[in-house]
Amino acid sequence: MRNGILATFCVLLISCGAGETPEKTNIGVYMLLDTSGTYTEELSKAEQIIRYTLSQLDATDSFAVARIDTGSFSEKDIIAKASFDDRPSAVNRQKRIFAQQVSEFVANAKPSPYTDITGGLLQAVEFLNEKDTGKKTILIFSDLKEDLAEGYVRDFDIEFAGFNVIALNVTKLRSDNINPREYLERLEEWKGRVEKTGGEWRVINDLDGLEGLL
Amino acid sequence: MKKARCPQGRFAKPPVYAYYYGSGVTIMSFMLGITPWPVASALLWIILIIAALYLVRNTAHKTIQGAAQALHRSFRIASKAVSRSEQGLATRNRDVLLAAGREAKERIIEREFDRINETVRKDLANYSALHRSLSESIGRIEKDHQEAVDVPPDPPGWVKAVEAVAVLDSREGRVQVGNILSDIHKSLIKAHKEAMTAYHAASAKRHKLLCIMRPEWRQIQQTLLQVGKNVDSLLSRSVTIDRLMQEYEDIVHGQDRAISVLSSSSLVNLFVSAFVLVIAIGGATINFSLIARPMAEMVGGTSLIGGFRTADIAALVIILVEISMGLFLMESLRITRLFPVIGALPDRTRVRMIYITFTILLLLASVEAGLAYMREILLQDELATSALLRGDIGATVTSEYMWITTAAQMGMGFILPFALTFVAIPLETFVHSLRTVIGLIGISLLWTLSLVLRLLGNIFLYLGTLLKLVYDLPLFVPLWLEERRASNAEDAALPGRVRQ
Repeated sequence: MRNGILATFCVLLISCGAGETPEKTNIGVYMLLDTSGTYTEELSKAEQIIRYTLSQLDATDSFAVARIDTGSFSEKDIIAKASFDDRPSAVNRQKRIFAQQVSEFVANAKPSPYTDITGGLLQAVEFLNEKDTGKKTILIFSDLKEDLAEGYVRDFDIEFAGFNVIALNVTKLRSDNINPREYLERLEEWKGRVEKTGGEWRVINDLDGLEGLL
Repeated sequence: MKKARCPQGRFAKPPVYAYYYGSGVTIMSFMLGITPWPVASALLWIILIIAALYLVRNTAHKTIQGAAQALHRSFRIASKAVSRSEQGLATRNRDVLLAAGREAKERIIEREFDRINETVRKDLANYSALHRSLSESIGRIEKDHQEAVDVPPDPPGWVKAVEAVAVLDSREGRVQVGNILSDIHKSLIKAHKEAMTAYHAASAKRHKLLCIMRPEWRQIQQTLLQVGKNVDSLLSRSVTIDRLMQEYEDIVHGQDRAISVLSSSSLVNLFVSAFVLVIAIGGATINFSLIARPMAEMVGGTSLIGGFRTADIAALVIILVEISMGLFLMESLRITRLFPVIGALPDRTRVRMIYITFTILLLLASVEAGLAYMREILLQDELATSALLRGDIGATVTSEYMWITTAAQMGMGFILPFALTFVAIPLETFVHSLRTVIGLIGISLLWTLSLVLRLLGNIFLYLGTLLKLVYDLPLFVPLWLEERRASNAEDAALPGRVRQ
């Protein structure tokens, strides 16, 4: 009798837990920081965005911040990364360490000669696919002007299906001021690359309105 | 038009009217087209229909009457069945009410007898000692009273006689005798004075004895007062028991007055216990919010069981276990009687159960107090992290009075489990009264259903009569003719009868 009750309870528990595959609700965010040329001066704004993003993330979410330099398709370019723990106290500790690492990077960042945005995006896609989060977001803090070093091949499509790609603080270059079409064409080109393979593209230049970022 | 498929797979022959629909000819135009003149066609149809209706009038009337009677009887039978169910339920509910009332009265009477027993055991058990004490006190008083009896001094008559003799001797010149008598007189006066002194001493002693008697009297008076109070208490309790016994007898005999009293008290009990249960649910919710957050530290903050957070389920389980322990504790203390098994346990086992359930409750309350403390720490940690991420370092400085909040949370975490223990009492009342109240509601519903069915049965019966009249309405011409014919035939037959 007692065993029967125990077995029934176990079956109920299992049926509750394994009846249907739970939908993943965690968030994965990968942020690319452009460190080329004078854009390094904008990094303090990027730090604010990172802090805001950290405050929005919760247990089991994943977050990584990587720099865009000459060759960005590399784990070495990841400045800080964290997959947040299940326990709230551990999450707070991880967030504090993460913020500390980013602050140190921003304080000591050096400009890179080239800008490999495509490599960074490829790295972001790989990272987020590996984390297998429910929602995947790539933040690009850059002017979106790609400048590849000689020999780097980046003329291929990246699979963006299921990804939200958000360009932040896309500043206008001097040449853009002379010919705004260059700026618009640049945005349109990136939008096309992302949406071509099923991704969603957004641009946020007003950093005071980050409420809908994630 | 959609064609129907016959079982053999071929298309069935469509009905005649379908051709008319298909060819655009309506039934009305068909009916009006049987003669070249539509009015004549219509009249022809009317005559045909009336003739047909007249021919089948008796059959139609019987059919309508039969259908109405059948429906009427069916609804009457259904109504009677429902009415029987209602009576059965009412009897059952009455039995339940009486049983519950009898049990409640037995408990009250039992408690009254316990109180009387306690009074008798405590105050009147040592009545023999009290009686002995009273007797001894009275004996002592009697003895003291006897000793305190006033002894009058010797009558002074013989002294006066000696005085007379002394006076006589001196007048007759018998000086010697007078001297002797004078000496005797003096001696006697002296003796008298001594006697008076002794008398005063004895009086003082008597007064002293009387003084000693006063506390004895007071003690006797107080003892008698106490006995009087006890006896009065017993008398008042006996009056209460008489009243309760009268009510009990009413319940046992199943009197209507007792039933109505029990029904109304059931409703009152249900509302009162529901109100207290709602308050208890509020307390449980507060308790839940105190421990749900820190539970995430123990079982994780994101794992789900059946769509609900595991931390929330764990917190809920702790609260439910506390309530269960409270129920068991109340059962073991014999305050409630929800589980007859616990009530029937031997006293030793029951006492052990009291200790075990109380210990578990105490441990759970301590765990809750710890979790409440943890909650405060987590909250502070989260606030500090948020402030750091906002770049607002000043916000992390904690107030020196924060310990009050922490202590209050811990206190609530510790006290609420014990407070929830008392949920058992309104829960028992709610369960018992709900049973009878649901019965009363069921009786009302069945009564209403029975009434509706009865009404429907009667409606169908009268509807049948109405339908017959409506059927006869277009047949007024043939009916009139039939009536005239019958009247003529009767008139023709009447003279013959008169002649006969």
